[in-house]
Amino acid sequence: MFIINCPYCGKRDQVEFSCGGEAHIERPKQPTELSDDQWAEYLFMRKNIKGVQFERWNHTHGCRKWFNMVRDTSNDKIHATYKMGEKPPIK
Amino acid sequence: MSNELRINKNNFIDQTVRISFKFNGKKLFGFKGDTLASALLANDIHLVGRSFKYHRPRGIMTCGSEEPNAIVQIGSDPASTEPNVRATEIELYEGLEAFSQNCWPSVNFDVGGINNLLSPILPAGFYYKTFMWPASFWEKYEFFIRYSAGLGKSPTKADDDLYDHQYAHCDALVIGGGISGVISAKLAAEKGLDTILIDDKNFLGGSTIYQDEESFKINNANSNQWLAREIESLKSYKNLVIKSRTSLAAFHGYNYLLAREALTDHLSVHERKNKIRQRLWKIRAQKVIIASGSIERPLIFNNNDRPGIILSSSIKKYIDYFGVKTGNNISLFTNNDSAYETAISLSKSGVNVNVIIDIRENSDSNIVKEAQKLGIKILWGHTIVETNGYKRIKSFEAMKLSSDGGNIVGNKIKFNSDCIGISGGWTPMVHLYTQSGGKLQFKSNDNIFIPDETKTPSEQISVGSCNGDFELDDVVNNTIYNVKKFISLDKSSYDKINVNCSKESSKKNIWLLPSDKPLHKTKPFLDFQNDSTAKDVKLALREGFKSIEHVKRYTTTGMGTDQGKLSNMHALGIIADTTGTNMGELGTTTFRPPYTPLTFGTIVGRNVGKFFDHTRKTAIHNWHVDNKAEFENVGQWKRPWYFPKNGETMHEAVQRESKAARESAGILDASTLGKIDIQGSDASEFLNRVYTNAWSKLAIGKCRYGLMLNEDGMVYDDGVTTRLAENHYIMTTTTGGAANVLSKLEDYLQTEWPELDVYLTTVTDQYSTISICGPNSKNIIKKIIPDLNLSDENFPHMSFKDSKIDGVDCRIMRISFTGEHSYEINIQSNYANDVWKACMDAGKEFNITPYGTETMHLLRAEKGFIITGQDTDGTLTPSDLQMDWIISKKKYDFIGKRSLYRSDTIREDRKQLVGLLTDDPKEVLEEGAQLVEDINKEPVEMLGHVTSSYYSPNLNKSIALAIVKSGKKMKGKKLIVPMEEKNINVTITDTVFYDKENKRLNA
Amino acid sequence: MKNKYSIFSLIKNALSGHENWQRAWRDPEPKKEYDAIIVGGGGHGLATAYYLAKKHNMTNIAVVEKGWIGGGNTGRNTTIIRSNYLWDASAALYDHALKIWEGLSQELNYNVMFSQRGVMNLAHNLQDVRDLKRRTHANRLNGIDAVWLNTEEVKKFCPIINTSSNIRYPVLGGTLQKRAGTARHDAVAWGYARGADAMGVDIIQNCEVKGIKRIGDKVEGIETTKGFIKSKKIGVVAAGHSSVLANMAGIRLPLESKPLQALVSEPVKPIIDTVVMSNAVHAYVSQSDKGELVIGAGTDDYVSYTQKGSHNIAEGTLKAILELYPIFSRMKMLRQWGGIVDICPDASPILSKTQVKGLYFNCGWGTGGFKATPGSGDLFAHTIANDEPHKLNAAFNLNRFVSGDLVDEHGAAAVAH
Repeated sequence: MFIINCPYCGKRDQVEFSCGGEAHIERPKQPTELSDDQWAEYLFMRKNIKGVQFERWNHTHGCRKWFNMVRDTSNDKIHATYKMGEKPPIK
Repeated sequence: MSNELRINKNNFIDQTVRISFKFNGKKLFGFKGDTLASALLANDIHLVGRSFKYHRPRGIMTCGSEEPNAIVQIGSDPASTEPNVRATEIELYEGLEAFSQNCWPSVNFDVGGINNLLSPILPAGFYYKTFMWPASFWEKYEFFIRYSAGLGKSPTKADDDLYDHQYAHCDALVIGGGISGVISAKLAAEKGLDTILIDDKNFLGGSTIYQDEESFKINNANSNQWLAREIESLKSYKNLVIKSRTSLAAFHGYNYLLAREALTDHLSVHERKNKIRQRLWKIRAQKVIIASGSIERPLIFNNNDRPGIILSSSIKKYIDYFGVKTGNNISLFTNNDSAYETAISLSKSGVNVNVIIDIRENSDSNIVKEAQKLGIKILWGHTIVETNGYKRIKSFEAMKLSSDGGNIVGNKIKFNSDCIGISGGWTPMVHLYTQSGGKLQFKSNDNIFIPDETKTPSEQISVGSCNGDFELDDVVNNTIYNVKKFISLDKSSYDKINVNCSKESSKKNIWLLPSDKPLHKTKPFLDFQNDSTAKDVKLALREGFKSIEHVKRYTTTGMGTDQGKLSNMHALGIIADTTGTNMGELGTTTFRPPYTPLTFGTIVGRNVGKFFDHTRKTAIHNWHVDNKAEFENVGQWKRPWYFPKNGETMHEAVQRESKAARESAGILDASTLGKIDIQGSDASEFLNRVYTNAWSKLAIGKCRYGLMLNEDGMVYDDGVTTRLAENHYIMTTTTGGAANVLSKLEDYLQTEWPELDVYLTTVTDQYSTISICGPNSKNIIKKIIPDLNLSDENFPHMSFKDSKIDGVDCRIMRISFTGEHSYEINIQSNYANDVWKACMDAGKEFNITPYGTETMHLLRAEKGFIITGQDTDGTLTPSDLQMDWIISKKKYDFIGKRSLYRSDTIREDRKQLVGLLTDDPKEVLEEGAQLVEDINKEPVEMLGHVTSSYYSPNLNKSIALAIVKSGKKMKGKKLIVPMEEKNINVTITDTVFYDKENKRLNA
Repeated sequence: MKNKYSIFSLIKNALSGHENWQRAWRDPEPKKEYDAIIVGGGGHGLATAYYLAKKHNMTNIAVVEKGWIGGGNTGRNTTIIRSNYLWDASAALYDHALKIWEGLSQELNYNVMFSQRGVMNLAHNLQDVRDLKRRTHANRLNGIDAVWLNTEEVKKFCPIINTSSNIRYPVLGGTLQKRAGTARHDAVAWGYARGADAMGVDIIQNCEVKGIKRIGDKVEGIETTKGFIKSKKIGVVAAGHSSVLANMAGIRLPLESKPLQALVSEPVKPIIDTVVMSNAVHAYVSQSDKGELVIGAGTDDYVSYTQKGSHNIAEGTLKAILELYPIFSRMKMLRQWGGIVDICPDASPILSKTQVKGLYFNCGWGTGGFKATPGSGDLFAHTIANDEPHKLNAAFNLNRFVSGDLVDEHGAAAVAH
């Protein structure tokens, strides 16, 4: 049960949040220009990293804001959280 | 009560309060403060249960949560009986009834004992090697296996007890109330931290609190006296909370811990009434100090499992704490100094200590000398090779160990004894530490695994014997030093502490003690509950099971209700010895939560029965109840399903409701549909992107139906959205989809299109919706809102008007899900019930008929309108639903658009929505039934299935919707619905069955 | 041939104090090159090796396992076996497996304790009823035994279920597949390992793959903690770690690896004699031969390789258990654990070739792979041996995520256990 630092509300219990999967996958601006393969890449293919991963979280039972998180999936350690649109604080 | 087994001790139990209890039906007595185990021992009862596999007689072996044998069924009431309770943990209460488990007909004579004779052919994993012939017999074999396995019996009636949850947040959590825990808690309290100290017993102090020895002094007082004063001093700290009878169950990441507080299990049955039985504490601690102590190890020798063979430290606790002699002629068998403390305690209490068998060559520590001074006989360098006594130990035989310890030499010496105390050293309780993610290191001089400081998660520390400190001075001094550092405390009241204690001077460890018989003729038990022996471990290794996890699973060592607390280290040691591996490299098995078994009811707390899930009710709910509605669960909502009158069946009610709605007027509570208020200068653009059709040109005051797709092109939700103003819409969603749709829309807004000026607010609960349909709907609205111009010119289909009912603002929409002329009244929910009643009154002369979801489904099916989730299943595109018209060709993009042009989604032979008519118009198809063209084809090809099916009273025939492969092209085609009992012939039709010209909308 | 297991061999060995049992499998060092390598020594991987040797005469092969065989999801699941899936392709795949299960103990000469005590799926709302009936009709026509039970019949088959109409989500009926049931999970891995080893397959434990070597679009071998091992055919059966291995080969998969939890109670005498699953009230339970209630919980919604899930998931599961079985309130949780499950967007597996020649993936089984073990191994062996899928796994290719031809098992079951 993580403690998650919502960039808008501060530290809260994990039960208030939900995870929206891998972050920084931008929805293609011109989907019609894409091949089926390219579209499938956007739709379904995921890095699913074991290690430090960037992912989207939503403060579902709080401010309902989406934000990004840097988390190590091999030990569940959260390195940082940051607002949508901001650059990741860690590379 | 057998008084000769009690000595007068009143420090911890109250021998003035007698408590009666029953064991296996026999009435017995104990004292307040006894455990069931201590009371049984005081009554000279050792034989408590039978083992899992061989049904060997087993007795009380320990005094704590590691007890593998003395496991009983508590109570006989089918609702409150509890299986597998450790006699060593349950506090005696008036009226306690306990029964032996896993024996029939009784613990004294158990038919299952035959397994002990068969044991030569029942080695580890025997069941993998047999019961395979004949194949069909496995079920019969298994029946017997299942009945002979299991321990106690499950309750058979619902539990009446209450359980509770509570959150706790603290600066420091100290786990364990032994000497290191008490010191830690005091240090944390001195620092000013909000501290919680939890301990699973009813009395703090661990084993030091009854360590009344000259050899163990703190600040010149006996250690027990010093500790008693320290415990007393804790009471003065307002920032320290002590939770007794509270057992730490799990230590999760981020210092999230679960602890179970037992609130009533020690009370007499009548005192428990209306009290919460157990409470689960969910604790977030800034810092955690683990002081969980250690447990004594048994020794592994031939027939080491007989009733009367008890851990040496437990014998000490029984005599020093409970005042109970576990025998009258006790022998001790040890590889370390701690058994000598037991010997001294027994001797001082007047119990004859027959002999101490010590596998070491000698020891000259103070405690050994003290024992020698008392005249206790010690047999150095010996081991026990055999024990005798089926239901209670009677005698044993000892022999001298060879110099390398691997064999025995010399002659057998026989001793009579009614109890043997065994001590194989100590195992630190690192379970919680590893649960939290900590890694262990092996300390070879003590043969223990202890926390590796360099691999410990932050904000926690282990102190005392769970950290590998076994000598009193190390425990005290290291705890003080490490805790001060951990909590950044400079000065403390312990800074001038002075500890004097006996130090162990000689160590020796043999994991599997030799016998004069070959190994396969002996029974050296490792896991007493599961009956796995050292032989089993060696067999597993011979067969190639090398990993500790393989050995554990193959032999079931460590998989009993004690989770290997007593057996794991020996299993590891024997593997290491046999394979010539270093124990540190072998590693341990994973310690899994909970630390001790945790009651389901406690984990669930209050969230049972009516608190299982929220129930959402509309503002008109009570009216529906008063009018005898049957309800349907839709998500968390309760929706009226139908309104039976005068004993009608559901079919009869639905037929009546459906007819009334089309012939005159029907009224539906549609409040559960999701309502999302959408505002902002980009609201139209936003709708363009989330729906498949175009929205920019929708006139203010008009409504439009929309389909929403997933990004993979499949229909996700639908509903009518109304433009209230230039930059203001209200969207309706399905009842079940409301929350998900809102989340999805917010997701897109915040993450993909942050540039859009759009705000979303859910108003589902704020507004209620009353839908009135039928040819007389107009007349009814006219009566309620006389000044509203209801002409088709002023108020056409798919538009809305702001209005007032009795001065209350409302929105009236002319939209229809039935195909009839319809109005929807949207009004603040607190007025809804009154407005509903007003509609009923106004409609009385028109026979206004309330209808539920079933009639709603029927009416819309007559019109071929889909219900997402019923007619769709997440695999259908708008085109599959024959709704190509709703896909805007002009829009560059919308959610899911790209997916509609993939090679599979453009196939023409996809499954598509069609109508079905049965050849026999009275035959109503079953929803979910499959459709085939050629019933004789092997394998039969299924073309699709029936999604909606009803008997239409308005058409006087059965109608259905279905999805069928290439359905669009199949109009007029005959198909078969193969049911178990018969085949039903159907014809594919258009999806609209009723009023194809939509004349009734304006009727 | 290894010595055959039977009651007679047990008696014979008892006479010699069980000193003469042979090893169930060898513990070889890897050779320099194999005709095929299976990465992952779980049930699916070992079964793949077994069938490659048995049906395709490929005996110069190895299974490499980074830990101990059967230590991943094979040894962590709730052992439910059934084939009553919705879509034809799924039903055919799982029923192929079920048919092998029915003779597996005899085939392997290893008792995997396949126990056909039936699996019941409960319906709690009207849409559940429609969905489950749809599945039952499809199953029947696909030759899979499945029947619909009304509430009374549910109660009769499993009397301890609370079928009262007063509970929050009453039981409205259910389906029953009698051929379905459970098996002893460890035995499946061990039985296949013993069988494969007897045909010459090298089972190499404590051997972690560190890299997959490619030359152009062809696979060349694997870098391991025991050195480089060459092979032109590599089948990856690594469950939760599939993406990690795919990454080594430079390809991406449509997977997310999430924690899935399970728990067992203390053992009690027989109280529930079937497997009961409920999707709407998320709980499923059976009782092992040892007497423990075996209970499956749900997945968390985030990726994690820690084999640990959140407490609230386990709590929610037990809440559902007590809703349906209030008699279990005083039962005690003995052990709780987690696994890492690799989930596909359509909740169906991948048994497929990849764009890299000679590299095959068997993954995406999500929360329900155990039941498929024998079928999965058989079909994956076919795919590797022939470099073409068998018709039963053709639908489970990787290209479906491009074409859109998904096998969407979400439709009928929110959770496809």
